[in-house]
Amino acid sequence: MNLDALAGCVSSSACLVTQISTALIVGMLLFMVTSGLSLIFGVLGIINFAHGAFYMMGAYFALAAYQLTSSFAVAFLAGALGVGLLGIVFERLVMSRVYGTDVLMQLLVCYAMILIADDVVKIVFGPEYKMMGMPDAFALPPIELFGGFIPAYYVFMIGASLLIGLLLWLGINKTRLGKTIRALAINPQMVGALGINTTLLYAGVFGIGSLLAGVAGALAAPTRTLTPGMGVSILIESFIVTVIGGMGSIAGALIAALLIGFARAFGAIGCPLFVDGLMFALMAVVLVVKPSGLLGREPAR
Amino acid sequence: MMRPGLARDAAVCAAGLALLLVLPLAFPQPALRDFLIYVMAYGLLAMSLNLLVGLTGLVSFGHAAYFASGAYMFGLLMQSGRVSIPVAIVATVAGTALIALVIGAICVRLKEIYFSFITLAFQMFIHSIILTWVSLTGGDQGLMGGIPRPPFLGINLNEGTALYGFCAAVFVACVLLMRQVWMSPFGYALRLIRDNPSRANFVGIDVVRAKLGIFVFAGAMASVAGVLLALFVSGAYPEFGFWTTSGEAIFMIMLGGSQLFVGPLVGAFLLQLLNRTVTIYTEHHGLVLGLVILLIVLGLRQGVGAFLFERLARRRQARR
Repeated sequence: MNLDALAGCVSSSACLVTQISTALIVGMLLFMVTSGLSLIFGVLGIINFAHGAFYMMGAYFALAAYQLTSSFAVAFLAGALGVGLLGIVFERLVMSRVYGTDVLMQLLVCYAMILIADDVVKIVFGPEYKMMGMPDAFALPPIELFGGFIPAYYVFMIGASLLIGLLLWLGINKTRLGKTIRALAINPQMVGALGINTTLLYAGVFGIGSLLAGVAGALAAPTRTLTPGMGVSILIESFIVTVIGGMGSIAGALIAALLIGFARAFGAIGCPLFVDGLMFALMAVVLVVKPSGLLGREPAR
Repeated sequence: MMRPGLARDAAVCAAGLALLLVLPLAFPQPALRDFLIYVMAYGLLAMSLNLLVGLTGLVSFGHAAYFASGAYMFGLLMQSGRVSIPVAIVATVAGTALIALVIGAICVRLKEIYFSFITLAFQMFIHSIILTWVSLTGGDQGLMGGIPRPPFLGINLNEGTALYGFCAAVFVACVLLMRQVWMSPFGYALRLIRDNPSRANFVGIDVVRAKLGIFVFAGAMASVAGVLLALFVSGAYPEFGFWTTSGEAIFMIMLGGSQLFVGPLVGAFLLQLLNRTVTIYTEHHGLVLGLVILLIVLGLRQGVGAFLFERLARRRQARR
């Protein structure tokens, strides 16, 4: 524990600004990943344990596209759409065959998928750490705010995530397609009986959920080192976010993701060796006080 | 407490132990002994996990945490040089049971899929503690310096045959103990919880307490598996507690069949065989393993063990 360092940071506005911006980007990335996970669970009733692998693929797709075209826009689209497509293929070929079977089977196919994805990345890109570097479009001077500096890319990242989150919320709550998807989550037979192609819709929802993981991967690529197996840690964190925020709530996911982001950013100063422990402590407290999560509708019991 | 069938199970176990002891005498290559110790350690891990998965319906994805805790606690106790091997084993099992009690108290309250991922999350927490507490655990290098094996009661485990015999005896004893739980009234209460938790509640079973009980017991058994492996490789490595180890244990259960008591052991044997063959030919062991899993899950739609068992049962019925 180093409370002096923490107090020192909180009293200095420069440090505060830096840590808050770090907290925001960690939180926003987690929010992207978690909302995809939560969407898939809410509609299809399965936990996609391979979601972290999709995040990793998003980052690597973006890296490959960026190295080919050196355009960040292309890299971003490659990460998002590539992973979206991959998700649809995975759903059609593999996941759809284990709907309705026990959790064990779903867990196993996801486990297999992670093993395959990690090894394929190792074969194609090599096992060593990769850096994408900051795209030229964001080679701007950092923005000064209350004496602290925020890289321009962070601002873009936070804005883009918020925009995508907003679009997702509007799409699900305000459009006809969103209404159909919500109906699908509650009563798939009825939706099918009304002449809607539920198979297509399931694949589409899985695709959108995966796309969100791909977006997160592509957004993270310029700021983080890329390694095969980078998906696991974000998967664990997004599980924690889901439990804290409550399953199936986009707003809950946002709040919980920000909470974890702040815990990580300030925990790194206050108790650097216990950052992971801090997240688990938060989760344990929420589980004891409110087992369904902060904004969860159905109880987790 | 005696139950009918205990004598038979004990006889089967004694025969199994005799077989395990005779095998290396008949085929004296050290490679076979190594292979069998790995099968016993991972088999014990998978069988203990199956007390949760197959018996109680709790799909834990974080069981390797107790495996690692067993290996590390035992290794650290032995390195301290103050205790003998049996004392260290007892202390390790008790310590791991305590960890499982704390984690289990939080986890067993959650319903199935939440349970899976929170157990996974706790396992990764323990894994990250192992990685970051370098001064105690050696970080990603694993527990360095070897684990001493001081002789006790005239048994010297530095000798290959004695080590193998000791591992086989501990393994068989644990199997018999788990079999006892599997067939006990408590075991049947757990089956009821798996099949119909609300009915279990109505009949007066304290569901949360029963789940916690088996969670702690399974964790303790997994720690013995960790002790066996640490004793054999004379070290402990963070991979013991990585999520892939839990995934492999789940795959072993599925390979062998979760409803057969010895199913996971068969699965452990098959997976060890597969792993050894694959690593000879390629370094991309994950890719091959992943494809094999997909083939089996999507092709057979159930475990190899369960598949064979069902065919056998159908044949038997047809004969009648």
